[in-house]
Amino acid sequence: MNPGDTILKIQDLHVEFPINIGTVRAVQGVNLELKKGEVMGLVGESGCGKSTLGFSILRLLRPPGRIAGGSIVYRGQDIVKMGRKDLLALRGSKIAMIFQDPLTSLNPLCSIGEHFVETLTTHERSIGRREALERSGKMLESLGIACDRLREYPHQMSGGMRQRIMIGLALIMNPDLLIADEPTTALDVVVEAQFLDLLGDLKNRFNLTIILITHNLGNVAQLADRITVMYGGAMAEVAPAGSLFDRPLHPYTRGLLASIPNIKLDQPKLMTMPGSPPDLVNPPGGCVFHPRCPLSIDLCPTQRPPVFSLDGHLVSCWLYRDSS
Amino acid sequence: MTDNLIRVDNLTMHFPLTRGVLANLFAREKKFVRAVDGVSFTIRKGEVLGLVGESGSGKTTTGRLILKLLEPTSGEVFYRGRAISSFSGKEMEGLREKMQVIFQDPYASLSPRMSIGKAISHPLRIHGLADGTLARDMTLTIMEKVGLTPASFLYRKYPHQVSGGQRQRVVIARALVTSPDFVVADEPIAMADVSVRSMILELMVRLKEEFDLTYLFITHDLATCKYICDHIAIMYLGRIVEIGPLQEVFRNPVHPYTATLLDAVPVPDPRFRRTLPMPRGEIPSPIDPPPGCSFHPRCSYAVEACRIQDPPLVDTGGEHSVACPVRTGRT
Repeated sequence: MNPGDTILKIQDLHVEFPINIGTVRAVQGVNLELKKGEVMGLVGESGCGKSTLGFSILRLLRPPGRIAGGSIVYRGQDIVKMGRKDLLALRGSKIAMIFQDPLTSLNPLCSIGEHFVETLTTHERSIGRREALERSGKMLESLGIACDRLREYPHQMSGGMRQRIMIGLALIMNPDLLIADEPTTALDVVVEAQFLDLLGDLKNRFNLTIILITHNLGNVAQLADRITVMYGGAMAEVAPAGSLFDRPLHPYTRGLLASIPNIKLDQPKLMTMPGSPPDLVNPPGGCVFHPRCPLSIDLCPTQRPPVFSLDGHLVSCWLYRDSS
Repeated sequence: MTDNLIRVDNLTMHFPLTRGVLANLFAREKKFVRAVDGVSFTIRKGEVLGLVGESGSGKTTTGRLILKLLEPTSGEVFYRGRAISSFSGKEMEGLREKMQVIFQDPYASLSPRMSIGKAISHPLRIHGLADGTLARDMTLTIMEKVGLTPASFLYRKYPHQVSGGQRQRVVIARALVTSPDFVVADEPIAMADVSVRSMILELMVRLKEEFDLTYLFITHDLATCKYICDHIAIMYLGRIVEIGPLQEVFRNPVHPYTATLLDAVPVPDPRFRRTLPMPRGEIPSPIDPPPGCSFHPRCSYAVEACRIQDPPLVDTGGEHSVACPVRTGRT
C-alpha cells in the first residue's frame, strides 16, 4: 500500500446510547477518510462525540452504546459488520489504541514485561517468552526507557513513563493505524511536550497513521496534517491543519480558535462563545450549533446543513451553500 | 497601613510520611513530603498573583496554607499586616468571611442535595450575615452578577440540573456572597471546556473590578495567566524559582525552568516550532528532593555549585526575583 492511499473510510456513522430518559445521539452521520501516513487531529469539546467515534472504530463501545448505522471500512473490510474473530485479529495488531489515563489502563498486579508478553503471545502464538521479552526490551529502549525496567510495576513509574509504556504496548505489534484518545490530558505540560515530540518521531519510524483525539487545538497544531472539528456529535469542519488555523470557515471553528489562549500572541482579550454545548438527548433541530451561532440564518434552525467543499475545507454550514 | 493585603513569609509545609508501626520503630529518620519549602511573597490589594507549577509543585498546598485550611510546619501568613496564627477562633470566623476559595472541581465542591440557591446563601447563614428574604435577595443579586440567569428560576435547581459552566458560576457566586476581599482560585477553569473556560476567565476579571477583589490564581496553565494575572510566581518542588510582573517574566524568563515551562505551552499555530529542547525526565519526588537547586538534574545550565548550594531568590530589579545564581550571574 502506498502512502496517500485511503486506509480508513467512515461513512454516515451513527452511534447512540439508549438511556432511561431517551437516546443520546453521540455521533450523528459522520464521514471521515484517512490516508496512509497522515495524522488526523480529531478536535472538540467534551460530549462532542470525538472519543465515541474513536471507540467505534475498534468496536469498543460500552453497552448500551451501539452503532446505529453507517460503515467503517478499513482496507476493504467493514468493521461494523465484522465477526468477533476478525475483530480480535484487528484490534491491537492492525489498529491499536492508547487512552487518556495510563494508570487505569495498566494492570497494577502485572509487571511491565508481563503486559508486553501478554500482548505479543495473544497475537503471535508461536512466540516464546524469551523472544517476547527481548522484543519488548528493544521497544522500551526506542522509547527512551531502560530495558531493565521491564521487571518493574506500573506504580514504580512516573506518569510520562506510563504513557510511553502504553504507546510501546500499542506499537509492539507494528499496527498501521494508531488511535490516541487524549493521550496527554493526564500529563503535565513539560511531559506533554516531550510526549508529543516522541509521537511525531514514532510516526516516522513506524510509518504510522494516527488519529489524535484531543480537546486542545494547541496539541494538534504541530503534529496533525489534517484536522476534523466536531460539535454536538456532528462534523463541523475538516481541513488541512495550516489552512484550518489561518482561514477557519465554520463559525464554531472560528469561535473555538478565538477562545483558546495563545501565549505567543498579543491578544488582550479572549473571545467567548455564549451558551453551552447541546443536550444530545434532545439536540436542537437543524444545525446543532445554531443556538450559539452569531451568524445563523433562517435555514439553520430547520434544516441540517450538508457538507460543502470550499478551498480544500469540508464544512457543514449553510453559510457556504452557494460555494460548491 | 500597608497596601499589602497578603504577605507570606517563609511558609513551609512538610507532611510526615506515614508508614507501618514496625517501619517507624526501626527507621533511623522520619521522612517528610516537602510540599512547600520556604515560600515568601506578597499580594497587594487589587492585584492578581498567578501561582504556576506542575502537579506536585506545592501550589495548591500554598493556597490552603494561606486560607489556614492547613497549619504550616513553620512560617507565617499575614492578612493586612496581622499574622493569621494569632487570630482566635472567633476572629478566624470573621476572616473566613473575607478570604474565600474557589475549587477546581465544581462537581465535587457542590452538595448534590442542596439547591443552587441554598448553596449560594449557605455562607450568609453560617456567618450570620443574613437570613430569610434578605438572604434570598442577596443570593439572587449575586446570581445575576455571575450570569446565573434567570436567577429566580435557577435558584430552585439542583447542581445536576445545570451545565458544568453554570456549576462553576455557582461556586464563584458562593465565594463572593459574603463580600470577601481576597479569593484563592485553585485551578478554577481546569475542568471546564475550552469555550466555557474563556467565559469563566472573563467573568473572574469582571468580578475582580466590580467587587474590588484580590486573587491568588493557582494554575498549571501559563497561557491563561496572561489574561488575568498581574504578577506570577513559578513553583518547582515546593519553592518559588522565579517571581515578578507577568509581562516581565513572559518577555524575559531568567530561570531555566521558567523558560522551559513557557516553551512547553502548546501553541495553537501549525507554523510554531519550539526553540528549546525539553528537559529529560520529570519533576522528582518531594520526599527526597535533589540536594542544592532542586532543578539541577534536569537543567542544561547546571554547574557544580548547583548540586551543593541551595540558590536563594535574588532580586534582579523591577520586582523580578530569580533563584538561579548561574543565569543571574552571581556565581
